[in-house]
Amino acid sequence: MATQTAVSEQKETTTGGFDWGLALTVVSGVLMLAALFMALVWAPDAANLKAPAERAAQRIFYFHVPSAWIGFLAFIVAAGASVMYLVTRRQKWDIWALSSVEIGVAFFAMVMLSGPIWAKPTWNVWWTWDPRLTISTISWLLYIGYMMLRGAVDNPDRQARFAAVYAIIAAMSIPINWMAIRWWRTIHPAVVLPGNNSAAQGGFGMTGSIATTLIFCVVAFTVFYAALMYHRIKLENLKRRVDTLRQKILYR
Amino acid sequence: MIEIRNLVKTFGRRVVLRGVNLTIQEGEFVTLMGANGAGKTTLMHIVANLSKPTAGDVFINGFRLADAASQLRRYIGLVSHKTLLYDDLTAAQNLRFYARMYDVPQAEERIETVLRQVGLWGRQHDPVRTYSRGMQQRLAIARAILHNPPILLLDEPDTGLDQHASDMLGKLLHAVGVSQRTILMTTHNLERGLSLGNRVVILAKGKIAYDARREAVSVDELRQQYYRYVTAN
Amino acid sequence: MNCASSTTAMLPQTELNVAESVEDTAPPAQATAVPPGGIAAYARKVLAIVGKDVAAEIRTKEMISAMVVFSLLIILIFNFAFDLRAENLNTVAPGVLWVSIAFAGMLGLSRSFILELDRGVLDGLLLTPVDRSAIYFGKMLGNVLFIGVVEVIILPVFVILFNQSASALPLLVGVVVLGTIGFASVGTLFSAMAVHTRAREVLLPIMLFPVVIPVMLSAVRLTSGILDRLPFEDVSHWLVLLIAFDAIFIAASFMLFEYVVEE
Repeated sequence: MATQTAVSEQKETTTGGFDWGLALTVVSGVLMLAALFMALVWAPDAANLKAPAERAAQRIFYFHVPSAWIGFLAFIVAAGASVMYLVTRRQKWDIWALSSVEIGVAFFAMVMLSGPIWAKPTWNVWWTWDPRLTISTISWLLYIGYMMLRGAVDNPDRQARFAAVYAIIAAMSIPINWMAIRWWRTIHPAVVLPGNNSAAQGGFGMTGSIATTLIFCVVAFTVFYAALMYHRIKLENLKRRVDTLRQKILYR
Repeated sequence: MIEIRNLVKTFGRRVVLRGVNLTIQEGEFVTLMGANGAGKTTLMHIVANLSKPTAGDVFINGFRLADAASQLRRYIGLVSHKTLLYDDLTAAQNLRFYARMYDVPQAEERIETVLRQVGLWGRQHDPVRTYSRGMQQRLAIARAILHNPPILLLDEPDTGLDQHASDMLGKLLHAVGVSQRTILMTTHNLERGLSLGNRVVILAKGKIAYDARREAVSVDELRQQYYRYVTAN
Repeated sequence: MNCASSTTAMLPQTELNVAESVEDTAPPAQATAVPPGGIAAYARKVLAIVGKDVAAEIRTKEMISAMVVFSLLIILIFNFAFDLRAENLNTVAPGVLWVSIAFAGMLGLSRSFILELDRGVLDGLLLTPVDRSAIYFGKMLGNVLFIGVVEVIILPVFVILFNQSASALPLLVGVVVLGTIGFASVGTLFSAMAVHTRAREVLLPIMLFPVVIPVMLSAVRLTSGILDRLPFEDVSHWLVLLIAFDAIFIAASFMLFEYVVEE
């Protein structure tokens, strides 16, 4: 208890100098607004897409791709933090992992929603068993499992340990899952890594301002992720401090 | 010899042990008492290496438990609240399994010896689930001393035993050679704790609150001390 | 039965020689994962754990019989669900086989550590002077063995019901073994976690299935490759993936298991 309150109190005092929370919030807000403007107004229509619906839907990808990127980034951060937790046993890393998974699940939910909206006008189906869709779904389910596991363990030490073990295994399974599913079948347009995939449909050339917009969106989303992480971690610290204080009162 | 130094254990945000210091000399029989939830079992589990301390150290015969845990576990026997036995297996199968896990030499002879000591020889081919609670507890003691550990931890060995069986406990412990071992026992029964052990320790608020040799304390005095610490909690 | 040997006879007969034997056997500076007594002693303990699981199962016969009946029921239900006929048999058969193995295996895995929790025997195992990983390997091999027994029974049934030639059996057995190892490797680790949760066995499939999808995919692909008599080169990458999965997740579970069982 002593070490833990010390940690959270230290956190309080170090934020006194420069308010990272406020800075991150403001910067990410401005960047997200700019990203919205670039994606909806500034970026030109994709030249090779003829149908208007397809052209409008194509703009989803400026948010769809960065969301998927944040989803995977969040899970890499969670796995790293989980390794750190098992090595150091400091609550800080457990909080990092927990926060990152929660944010990752939210972003993957956005991927799962925006994907079909784009797929309907482009592929004329809401859903296909395409590798990228499938792997996103599996990752999403993996980390929903993570949250369910946390919810089902009462002992806080055990909860943190189990969650860390699970996060590490889950993160390791994603590349293997990815390989397996890619071999299984593929029709998703390879936007980020253009390959010799002749089966891909609905792809478009990425040049000039389209590429600029996408890169800008990825940066904006990454800052947004950092801001969310900051606030989620702070929230969890406060929550655990309240628990500590409550325990102090109850067990005195 | 067991040396416990500044032992702290927290379960999440709950502190159970807040700096326990206790040294048990070779051949000593220490009775540990305290209210429910005072941390007796937690302390036992840490000494038995079932649980890791949040801070502090345990030394077994001068070696730090955390450094050589899997080797030092060989020198410790534990009788827990639960029997630690497989209900579906017979007594002999249970002990044979544990004998293999502990590398007990001449396992069959040793199994016969301990089963005779606890008075279960003859019933060794019956599944444990057919045993009465008292018989199961005796088998649990046989299991704990199977590998002849110099250190024996007894966590409320009298729970669930009827009056007769718990009266037998002293005899039983004597039969399995208690006098040659270093023993830490917890119990809620003050008289039994005092009569079996040669030193009495009370754990309260996560610390050692009282520590006295048997010669220096009477049952009435112990009861007074016990209620002082337990009710103050 | 007598497992005494010079390497293992370091047990103190009286407390007088304890101090010396501790010095002999437990140099604190090099407390590593290597168990005292070397690989042979380690393997003996792994086998002891497998042995007592087998002995308990022989006595009760609860788990394997439930698993066999359950997997046969799954095959039967698939027959109704897909209205299996000669023309679609080979498309559906591999999936049916692996779903029944996976579900029956899940049944076994979820029981695996519940048995250890019943009388606190997991604590009893953790008290013994063996490395935590020996407990993992013992439980994992036991699980592979139990699922294997179920497979020995359902594979011939599968071959008969799905009208396959018996010549496919040897290759099928190989795939089934590799798939079962992959399934049980993570399954044993997660089973040890699931028993400590409030939901117990409910949580195990939710945690396990997304992780073992590569096992299911490659096993199904290899099985259909065998049934369709495809040349080996067409499916060899699936075999590589399956073996890689087995190796990676056994290694990971081996390292992570101690964090699961500590308190």
